[in-house]
Order: sequence, then C-alpha cells, then structure tokens
Amino acid sequence: MARNFDNDRNDRDDRGSRGPRTGRPGTRRRRVSRISADKIDYIDYKDVKLLLSFIAENGKIMPRRLTGVTAWQQRKITEAIKRARNIALLPYIKY
Amino acid sequence: MRTYEVIFISAPGTADDDLTKLTTQLEQTVTTRGGIVTKTEHWGRRKLAYSIGKYDEGNYTLLYIDGTGQEIAEVERRLRVTDFVIRHITVRTDEDLKRAAKVKAKRKPTAAGRVPGEDLNLDLDDSDGLSEDEE
Repeated sequence: MARNFDNDRNDRDDRGSRGPRTGRPGTRRRRVSRISADKIDYIDYKDVKLLLSFIAENGKIMPRRLTGVTAWQQRKITEAIKRARNIALLPYIKY
Repeated sequence: MRTYEVIFISAPGTADDDLTKLTTQLEQTVTTRGGIVTKTEHWGRRKLAYSIGKYDEGNYTLLYIDGTGQEIAEVERRLRVTDFVIRHITVRTDEDLKRAAKVKAKRKPTAAGRVPGEDLNLDLDDSDGLSEDEE
C-alpha cells in the first residue's frame, strides 16, 4: 500500500509548485492550498474547472496530502465532486 | 427561508416546447406553494461526463428556488415522473452560502490593500493607522 502511494507521488511530481527535489527527504515545502490562496469561500459543485484540479487523471479524488488543502476544504471538495459526478459534470472513472 | 438549487438534465432530443412547458410548470408549482424561483438558467446542450442510459449529451436546466422545502418535494416528484428528464439533483445551499458570506465579511477589513505576506504585517498596519489618527 505505502509503496503504491509513493509511486503516485512520483507520477504527479510535475503537477505542483513542489520545486526541485533536492535536500533532505521530508524537507519539501508544503503545498499551499489553491482554495485558500484564491479565497474561495463556497466550493460550488457546478464549478467544474475548479473541481477538475482536485481529481486525478483517472477521475479519483486527490488526497489532500497532494493538494495541500485543509481538512475542512477537503470535505467540501469531496462533497462537491460527488454532486458533480451525480449530474454527469464529472466522471466517476476515466480510463 | 431556505434556498435550493435544482438541476435537471433532459434528453438531447427533447423539444424546446416540452422543456419550456416543464420549467414554467415547475415555476408555477413553486409559486403556488409559497416559494419563489429566483433564477432559471439554461445551460443548453452539454456533453455528459459519462453516458446515462443511451445518452452522451444532455440539456441542463438549473432552477434557484427560495422556499420552505414542501415545494421541493413536489418539484422532485414532477421531475421523477417526467420521461425526458434523465437525471436531476436538488442541493440546499442556504447554510453553506451563509457561512461563506460570513467568512468573507470577516476577512474584508484586513483584505484591503492586500500584499504578499500580509499576514505577518497585520499588526504593523494597524498600529500605523492608529498613530496617524492620534496625531
């Protein structure tokens, strides 16, 4: 399981402002949540563009470990993504 | 008063007449029960993220409704019995929107003249303003 997550992370290294992978392991700067930075107060399930930035290539919801959002934001994002999926704005799975 | 958003997807082959008829009908059901339809949005034909039944596309309609909840039950029932509606969802938004508005209002005073790293300089800004006033 743990190994799997690590692979995930490597795959996605080009996604964020993570910077060069130098220095000691575990000293990487934590990603700042886009939600906080853009001062979004209401996470709208209709905002497909925003939600797309929180789902992975295969359509899965990204863990907040990778996106840097707060726990509260993650819950709201999850809720919004699930609503969006229900009305076919977002896919459940993408191949 | 609660606010709701009702989205429904109608099949791509639906006649415009049927759709407008349904929306006006829904608006009537809401108003006769004491609610208000504050806004109606037609998104038009959109590609679905996945196929529903045999459809790859759908016609999205979004209703913003203010009401008590009773009219929603009837609106939902109508959507369920209407054949060309292939998917619908109702979301209650007042609580989340209220909370969002509160957060926004709270942030506003400090957000004026925002500069990068302003979180660190908050105290400085405040004391500056004060001293000027005193002089």
